[in-house]
Amino acid sequence: MSVQTERAKTAPGTAVRKSGGPPKGGPHAKRKGASGSLLPYVLLLPALATTLVFLGWPMVKNATLSLQNVNRRQLIRRLTEWTGFDNYEATLKSEEFWRVVGRSIVFTGVNVILIMGISTLVGLLLARLGKKMRLTLQIGLVLAWAMPIIAATTVYQWLFAQRFGVVNWVLDKLGWHSMADYNWIGSQFSAFFVITLLIVWQSIPFVALSLYAATTTIPNELYEAASLDGAGAWKSFTTVTFPFIKPFLFATTFLEVIWVFKALPQIFALSEGGPDRLTETLPVYAFVEGVGNQHYGMGAAISLLTILVLLGLTSYYLRIVLKQERDEL
Amino acid sequence: MKRSRLGRIWPNATAIVLFIGFVFPVYWMFNTALKPTGDILSEDPVWFPSSLTFEHFETAVNADNFWTLVRNSLTVTLLAVGLSLLVALGASFAIARMRFKGRRGVILVFMIAQMAPWEVMVIAIYMLVRDADMLNSLVPLTLFYTVMVLPLTILTLRNYIAAVPKELEESAMVDGCSRVQAFRKVIFPLLAPGLMATSLFGFITAWNEFPMVLILNKQDQAQTLPVWLYSFQSNFGNDWGATMAAASLFALPILILFLFLQRRAVGGLTSGAVKG
Repeated sequence: MSVQTERAKTAPGTAVRKSGGPPKGGPHAKRKGASGSLLPYVLLLPALATTLVFLGWPMVKNATLSLQNVNRRQLIRRLTEWTGFDNYEATLKSEEFWRVVGRSIVFTGVNVILIMGISTLVGLLLARLGKKMRLTLQIGLVLAWAMPIIAATTVYQWLFAQRFGVVNWVLDKLGWHSMADYNWIGSQFSAFFVITLLIVWQSIPFVALSLYAATTTIPNELYEAASLDGAGAWKSFTTVTFPFIKPFLFATTFLEVIWVFKALPQIFALSEGGPDRLTETLPVYAFVEGVGNQHYGMGAAISLLTILVLLGLTSYYLRIVLKQERDEL
Repeated sequence: MKRSRLGRIWPNATAIVLFIGFVFPVYWMFNTALKPTGDILSEDPVWFPSSLTFEHFETAVNADNFWTLVRNSLTVTLLAVGLSLLVALGASFAIARMRFKGRRGVILVFMIAQMAPWEVMVIAIYMLVRDADMLNSLVPLTLFYTVMVLPLTILTLRNYIAAVPKELEESAMVDGCSRVQAFRKVIFPLLAPGLMATSLFGFITAWNEFPMVLILNKQDQAQTLPVWLYSFQSNFGNDWGATMAAASLFALPILILFLFLQRRAVGGLTSGAVKG
């Protein structure tokens, strides 16, 4: 997911600039215009239809499901019991739900700040390194990036294992003897620590590598001009580098918000939301309530509210994207 | 600009520390998978195993249903990537090269579809698939994965198509090619890197997908590798050697694909992305 992103954001401009403009003359110019009226729709139909069916339908189903009472009994007997907004009322009135909302937002915020901060530093470091060292670090980043989520989660469980885990051994050797047999998923804070480390470790490579790629497009003359004007390292960063990478950072931050906020496999596989459901973020909460506890209608209501929270968190970005699209197309 | 000796040393030192930090989990996975159990369960970690063994890989490969699940994963992933490429080709060509009413709306639909929180919608998807009596089948998985990777496929391919100079296509048409021929003979061959980058990320998404298959296909025979790996550890208790061997087997295809295609893919996805 994290990859797709800012490409889409900036791309429309380039695409339009190339295909836009007055149609060039030529023998086919006229005919093309006529056949072009239907052809694009025919080409688009399969893509739009499949998206509508397999994405739109579940969305609608989610909405109707959230207005029903579907538990184990109703599920097995295939009963439909409409309950109006009961599921929403129960959810919004429960303290647990709001605790999870707060937790999800803090969790997302901490992760995104760490990811963006460290990635920026790593990206700038890549630009400063010599050729060999840069390639070495790039290979390291790519390896971490490529690790499949569940494989990485399993490895982190082993690194932080209570017995024979490397991390506990290192901490013990460093003189922190109480950590020798520490159970990392035994408390809310330490479980979140491991999950955060895993997510940050997995997310940095994409951002850092893209950021480095972006800095290579900055014309060297700008730096020369800056240093002629007597700018130091910091000054040339704030006046040359930063303005160049700002749009990228802005877009990526919001995409990381989306990505971190809906991270489910990492948390689910690492701690299953425990201990005592204290590491459940909204997607995990919906999953556990809906599927685990078999309150499907309730789970659907939480899902919908989760999507609303996500929309709220990213609304600023979405508005800018929409505006940009309108201006550019 | 002159740099002090310290100024030359610290970037390299930081880079080495970072390199170790990023590589170590991957290294430790292979390290554990390949060393004898005695070295795994030792009071002091064995950083560089003195002898290698494939015994853990044997345990993992001989686990119940392993080969069935490999086949399931490959089927679902390759079909999803192939289908989405097929569907995306026409759509991305239309968006990149044609002007028509509603073009902006279509792009927006795909951009929003790309951010769809699938993880949160699995409950509704479960009900739909159950109502269709398709639980424990690979068909719904394939179809949902196809749509999951479709928006990215379209938006990325669109950029690659737009990058092919329009003049090439036009001159082919002046030379008597039809529009379809021009596409097949001129644009398509130039799209190879684009197709590779797009399939790489589609492959990873489908190969990784976990929550949906976890809830839709509960039957052992109908699962895919992520669920296998997830339940492997609980089935094999604290056999970390076998668990790491299982993780290595699951990660290896992606690691190899990535190391080969990464340069091109990252270049394709990022260069120009920020220039605009």
